[in-house]
Amino acid sequence: MPNQTLPSQSPQASEASHHTAAPLEFRAVTKRYEGAKGAAIEDLSITVPAGEVCVLVGPSGCGKTTAMRLVNRMIDLTSGDILIDGKSILGRAPTQLRREIGYVIQHVGLFPHLNIIDNVTMVPRLLGWDRKRSRRRGEELLDLVGLPQEMGSRYPSQLSGGQRQRVGVARALAADPPLMLMDEPFGAIDPINRERLQNEFLRLQGELRKTIVFVTHDIDEAIRMGDRIAILREGGELVQYDTPDNILAAPADDFVARFVGADRGLKRLALTNVGDIELEAPQRDSTPERSLPLTASLRDALSLMMSDARGPVAVTDADGKVRGSVSIELITKTLRTTKEKTAADKSAAS
Amino acid sequence: MTLLPMAAPVIPDFGKTSGCVKNNGTFCWDWFKDHWAGADGLSSHFVEHIELTLIAVAIGFAISFFLALLAYRARWLTAPVTFVSSLLYTVPSLAAFYILAPITGINDYTVEIALVSYTLLILFTNTLAGLTGVSEEIRDAARGIGLTRSQSLWRVELPLAVPTIVAGLRVATVTIISLVTVAGLIVPDGLGYVIYALGLQKNSFNTALIAGGVLCIILALAADALLAGLQRVITPWAAARRIR
Repeated sequence: MPNQTLPSQSPQASEASHHTAAPLEFRAVTKRYEGAKGAAIEDLSITVPAGEVCVLVGPSGCGKTTAMRLVNRMIDLTSGDILIDGKSILGRAPTQLRREIGYVIQHVGLFPHLNIIDNVTMVPRLLGWDRKRSRRRGEELLDLVGLPQEMGSRYPSQLSGGQRQRVGVARALAADPPLMLMDEPFGAIDPINRERLQNEFLRLQGELRKTIVFVTHDIDEAIRMGDRIAILREGGELVQYDTPDNILAAPADDFVARFVGADRGLKRLALTNVGDIELEAPQRDSTPERSLPLTASLRDALSLMMSDARGPVAVTDADGKVRGSVSIELITKTLRTTKEKTAADKSAAS
Repeated sequence: MTLLPMAAPVIPDFGKTSGCVKNNGTFCWDWFKDHWAGADGLSSHFVEHIELTLIAVAIGFAISFFLALLAYRARWLTAPVTFVSSLLYTVPSLAAFYILAPITGINDYTVEIALVSYTLLILFTNTLAGLTGVSEEIRDAARGIGLTRSQSLWRVELPLAVPTIVAGLRVATVTIISLVTVAGLIVPDGLGYVIYALGLQKNSFNTALIAGGVLCIILALAADALLAGLQRVITPWAAARRIR
């Protein structure tokens, strides 16, 4: 095949054509504020594979937000390096770098004087896209985050908190960045809407597969949202960096065990769906009223068994056909095997 | 009452005097209509009044805006600028005209210098307050998505400061409109001249007094309404219905 030389791409075209996620690496990152006693971040080294959600979690003052803000140079690091797609951020002009990284903060920070479309297309416009192309992208983004098109001409003050948060996410996604930073994006939302937004976020992430650094102080949110969780302690020290299941099954120390809570066993159950495990033969007396869909978690199954104390519970598929049943013994067995697997992974790694 | 500094007192030209004018009635429409047009008519003084006001507010705003932008970047400038503009603001207007007259002469420059110095405090304070009033989240978001400092200033912070800036412009404009009447003591311009030279001569002439005063009030109200309307047009977002 003849090797054709591609015509040099216009900057506009290349900026929009990432479509891939970029891996992110913190390499021995330390941040010390002048005049402060200890470090805000101490020798942090983690790698986030492309397309994964890394949740930074810990008590207030642990430096999780600082760590996130180091990535787009909102704060400059003291030593070490951060690499996006293998390239150091240190040689990059901060504003240019930021335009290529999605940024979502707790209070959203929409621009009150611009309508929703103009808010969402701010970054594409900064990158020099023409009006028509920006507008098309804006409309696409409203669809993506589930907002009706007529909202495009409204001002942020005319939207509800949940809608504003969606707009904030749309704005961050505007130039299709390979990496997104999210600082407690659902922190100011009431619990019911927060859960809805979390679900939407997971659906969106399932489609887009961005690399995401997600900051929260809420361990339950971390467990729900994260592919990996980095638990930080005061002074910016990384205590554990692992998948939610591994952290719940084997906390690195007392601090982590306390932080994830005494109910960590139950939290682990919430991570596994009944459809993902090998079910037992259905019980003879299983009734549709006492059944769970395949998407229910082991926690839901246990909860149902505990609430009516009537033993194993049936699992039905979308057509209502019974596929099997779950008993307490099966749940225990499932937990044991994953825990053994975790231990095996650990010894293999060390 | 010898208020006038001018050597030759101007004797009102009564022209074809009507009974109303002879008896110094409260307000004589015929005199008003006769003296509205013409080079030295009420309308030309009205226009002069607008000109004096516009020049003072425009120059005052340009200076204040520049100083406010400087002080926004270098906050330490706020205190000295506020101190100097407050000082200028506290000098009584009439005194300012007399202090300046020997230096700059008795002319419109003197008047404008004094008038401009009165706008500085209000316009500087409001412009700076508008800028510093932009919430931290919005500034953080602007920076975080990749706006440069000047892009953030011109595209985000200044547009958001417009309501506060216009509020300052409204106060400054109305203040200057009333101060321009005092300038009528120094220069034969504006509605102040109508009030002093025509209305407050030896025998005060009610019609000129009222005409000057009412035109001044109308001008102030109109200018205020115009600026308020202008603000609504350029900041549609500020009037947008709020939910929550």
